[in-house]
Parts: sequence; C-alpha cells; structure tokens
Amino acid sequence: MSSSEAAARRPKRYLMEREGVLAPLLLAPSIIYIFALVAIPFFLAIAYSLSDVTIGDPSFDFVGLENFRQVLEDPVFRRSLRNSVVMTFVTMLLVVVISKILALVLTKDFRGKWVVRFLILLPWTTPVSLAAIAWLWMLDSLFSPIDWTLRRFGLIQGSLNWLGNPDLAVVSVVAVQVWRVVPLAAVIIMAGLVAIPSEIYDAARMDGAGFWRTLFQVTIPLTLPVTAVAVLFGAVVVFADMSVPYVLTRGGPIDATQVLPTWAFFRGIQGGDLAQGAAIALFALPVLAAMAVAILRSVRKMDIG
Amino acid sequence: MSAQARAQAKRRRVGGRIALYVLVLVFTAQAAIPFAWSLITSFKANPDLYTRDNNPFLYNDPPTLEHVNLLFGQTAFGTFVTNTLVVALCVVAITLLVAVPAAYSLGRLTLRRGGAVAIAIFFVYLIPPSLLFISLSPVVANLGLQDSRWSLVVVYPTITIPVSAWLLTGFFKSIPKDIEEQAMIDGCSRMGAFFRMVLPVAFPGLIAVVVFASTLSASEFIYALAFVSQTSQKTVSVGVPTELVRGDVFFWQALQAATLIVAIPIALVFNVFLKRFIAGFTMGAVKG
Repeated sequence: MSSSEAAARRPKRYLMEREGVLAPLLLAPSIIYIFALVAIPFFLAIAYSLSDVTIGDPSFDFVGLENFRQVLEDPVFRRSLRNSVVMTFVTMLLVVVISKILALVLTKDFRGKWVVRFLILLPWTTPVSLAAIAWLWMLDSLFSPIDWTLRRFGLIQGSLNWLGNPDLAVVSVVAVQVWRVVPLAAVIIMAGLVAIPSEIYDAARMDGAGFWRTLFQVTIPLTLPVTAVAVLFGAVVVFADMSVPYVLTRGGPIDATQVLPTWAFFRGIQGGDLAQGAAIALFALPVLAAMAVAILRSVRKMDIG
Repeated sequence: MSAQARAQAKRRRVGGRIALYVLVLVFTAQAAIPFAWSLITSFKANPDLYTRDNNPFLYNDPPTLEHVNLLFGQTAFGTFVTNTLVVALCVVAITLLVAVPAAYSLGRLTLRRGGAVAIAIFFVYLIPPSLLFISLSPVVANLGLQDSRWSLVVVYPTITIPVSAWLLTGFFKSIPKDIEEQAMIDGCSRMGAFFRMVLPVAFPGLIAVVVFASTLSASEFIYALAFVSQTSQKTVSVGVPTELVRGDVFFWQALQAATLIVAIPIALVFNVFLKRFIAGFTMGAVKG
C-alpha cells in the first residue's frame, strides 16, 4: 500500500520539477510570434503616429503630437470617427434584437432544419468582401432587383441609387453589416440557450408562466451574459471592418460612409502617409480597449452563472 | 382539463407552429436572397441582364455558361483559389504547431502567472488588423515578403494563434489530470500520454481551430489588400473584388459565380462541423 503510494508520488514530483521548464518552453513560440508580429508593430504604430514617416521618405523624425493635431482638424477624419461609432452602435442595436429572435427560432424543431441553417449561416461564413460583392450587385444603381421590385409595385420611379445617395449609402452599409453579423451573434446566443437547464423551464411551466413571461423572466435574463459576449464580439468585428464600406462605396459618396479603417487605409497605404495613417488607426484603440474589458467581464459573469 | 381548454391549448400550439414557420421563412429569405440573385445572375446572357425592364429573377433569354467559362478560362480566379488554399494550409499548420503547445502549457501545466498570460492572449485577439496593417507593411517589406502570398502566411497566425490557444486551453483544462498521470505511471512518456489521452478529448477543439484558421485565410481582407497587389499572389477575398473589373466595367456574372463558388464550400464545411465548432467556442469561453 505505502510502496505503491510512494511510486505514485515520485513520478508526480519528478513531473512537477520538470513542469517549471516545460511550461514556459511550450509557451515560448506563441509569445515570440506574437511579440514579433503584434507587439512590435503595435509600438511601431505608436512611434509612427509621433513621426513624419511616409512610404516615400521612411526616415524617422519625431514630430510629437503634430499628426494627431492635423488629423483632428481634418473634417473627413471627424466624419470617419463619428461614422465608425454611430454605425457600429446602430448595427449592434439591430443585431441584438434580430439575433435573439433567430437564436430562439433555431433552438426549435422544424422541417428542413439543415437546409435552413445552411442558408441562414451563409452571410456569416461567406468571406466578407465576397458577400459585399453580392450586395454591390443587389444595390446597383441601374439593375438593382430591389429597385425593379419597387418599380413593379409602383412605389418608386427610376431608381433609388442606393450607394450614390449619402443617406441610403449609410443605410446600405449598416444593413449589410447587420445581415452578416446576425448569424454569428445568433450562434453564440444559441449556445447560451442550450445551456439553460430544462428543469428551470419545467419549474416556470409549473408556476403557470406562459410563453412571454418565460421569455422575459427566464430566457432573456439567463442569456444576458452570453448575449453581451455576442454583442461585444460583433461590435469588435463591425468596428474594425473595412471590407464592407470599401467594396460598397469606397467610403463615399462624399465620405458619407468613411470609417476609421478605410480612412486610415486611404491616407496611410494609398496616400503613403504612414504617420497620419497610424495616428488615424490608433483612435480606434480606446474604443476597442473598452469593449475588450467589457467582454472579459461578461465572460467572467458567464462562468459564475 | 375541459374540452374547451384543450381546444384552446391546441389552437395556441398550432398558432405557435405557424408563427415559427413564418419566422423561419423570413430569416431564410433575408439570408439567402442576395445569393439567389448571384446564382441567377451567374448564368444570364448580357442582353438579358442589361435590359432594365426585364424581370431580374427570370431567364428572359436562355441561360448561358459563357461567363462561368470566362471566369475559369480567362481570369486569374484559378490562381486566387490556389493561393488561398496554399495560404490556408500553411496557416493551419503553423497555428496548430504553435497554439497546441501553448494551450497545453496554459491548460495543464502549472505556470507562474498563467492566468495573466491567458488574459494577455485574449487581449491580443482583440487588436484588429485595422490597427496594425500600417505599421506591419514596412515590417513585411523588411522581411522581403512584400507583394507575396507568403506575407499572409506569416501574418495570419497573429490572429489565429491567440484565438486557438484560448480555445484549446479550455479543452485541455476540462480533462482530469489523473488520466494523463495514470498513463505516465503506466509507462507512457509525457508525449505519449498527450497523444493518447489528451489530444483525442480535445479533438472538437482542434476541428474548431482548423475550420477557423482556414476560413480566416479565405476571408481576411485588410492585410491581403494592404500587402499584396500583384495579381498572381492574391487570395480570393481580394482578388475577386479587385481583378474581375475592367476599368469601371464589372464582370457581374463572373463576379457572382466566383462569390458562390467560394461561399458554398466554406458554408458546407461550417455546417458539417457546426456542433463541434460551437462546442469548441463555448468550451473555450466557459473554461478558458
């Protein structure tokens, strides 16, 4: 008895001694990779934003906060910042309502579920830039099938010119973002719905709660943390995305759909002004940091619940 | 229960079913209509497509394969697909090689400040490409990878490694330590115990990692747009929107065909592995 216990303990201690070496060793490749290609570029971005580096003249001269001053005075930048914040906010507001309903629908049993799920997930699984190409054609100024249908019912004359009209262009970009983020959010919320123990529903039924009472007093409160996770992940995806506005409008018309990533791209990469591009991109950082902290808090809450 | 109450309950149930099917129909339609429009467009002859008063949802002229042939025969679409597959394969390999050991270390070994490292990894995931692409572009140039698909092979793991390590850590944590220790007492090496006892349990997590890393390689847009401008090196996500255009003239049918040819296989893979994928992410989220 005691000898077998000793035998069990010895390899364990041997193991623990080696873990001190093994654990950091196994972690090292990830740390090095991320340090070289995330941490260094990250600090380089900060350094660039304080310099006058351009693609044509890569020599580094410190200029302090000059770039940030110039960027803030630029009306296009202010428009981009406002667009980024407002469009992300409106998108997520719509996503939270729609994806919650979709998640509830998808947990029910119905015929043809596999096909339905396949089609519903398409907007999310399709590479964003290609989904945007499909929408570019849906919203074409001459041949949009939406316009054709509206014309057919006599609701409009000519065409709406979705992407050429500044207000409709904003509506279009938001609609496409909602369309593609809803399936992602719904899938995350679904995972939370499935995790609710069925006893809770049984208890609610015993107490005589109907569909709506169960929804508002059981389902929604219990899925609140997972919904928060879904919304925040979606918000990061939308806030950081440039492919939808880039493909649909190139930020236009007259910068109506310009967002931080597209403006940073046009200034930094196409315009060659790396310093200003970096400064523009960095404005996203405080917003993203706040979202990251919020996600982490929700995940923690989910652990306890 | 009285007959009347029963009839009322049944009516309510039927009403519920109808509401459910209406919702299913509405959701499916809004998701699928753009793709249906792409599908119809792919086979439309030019005169049919470009007549404004034609019903866009019908073939007013007979459908044609002309534009699909154009896509494969006279555009670089095949090259984009090949590039995407090469990038995806390499990114998956690098991700697994780097993230699996990291997750094992975080999930199964006692590591000083392991919790802090795990949180740091999570934050790295939230630093989006739109923040880094400007300062990464000279780094890529210095590595001699400018305008090459290999730049994407090097850069994409910065996104996939943190996600995968975070996700797999949850799986590794969920496996009782005794199983592995027992195997080692029975004469397995740590490696042997890992491959025989730990990895099979984490299999759904590995699937999630493979699906995530390969679809990211096909979908990522910002880095691909910023680092690669040579046609022969582009992946589908940038090649299709930028190359299937002549001046201001879009090759609409070919573009829509390309979208579907890429979208459908990816969606199929996702659906086949969806349960494991969700299991992977929720495990990672809950236990991570």
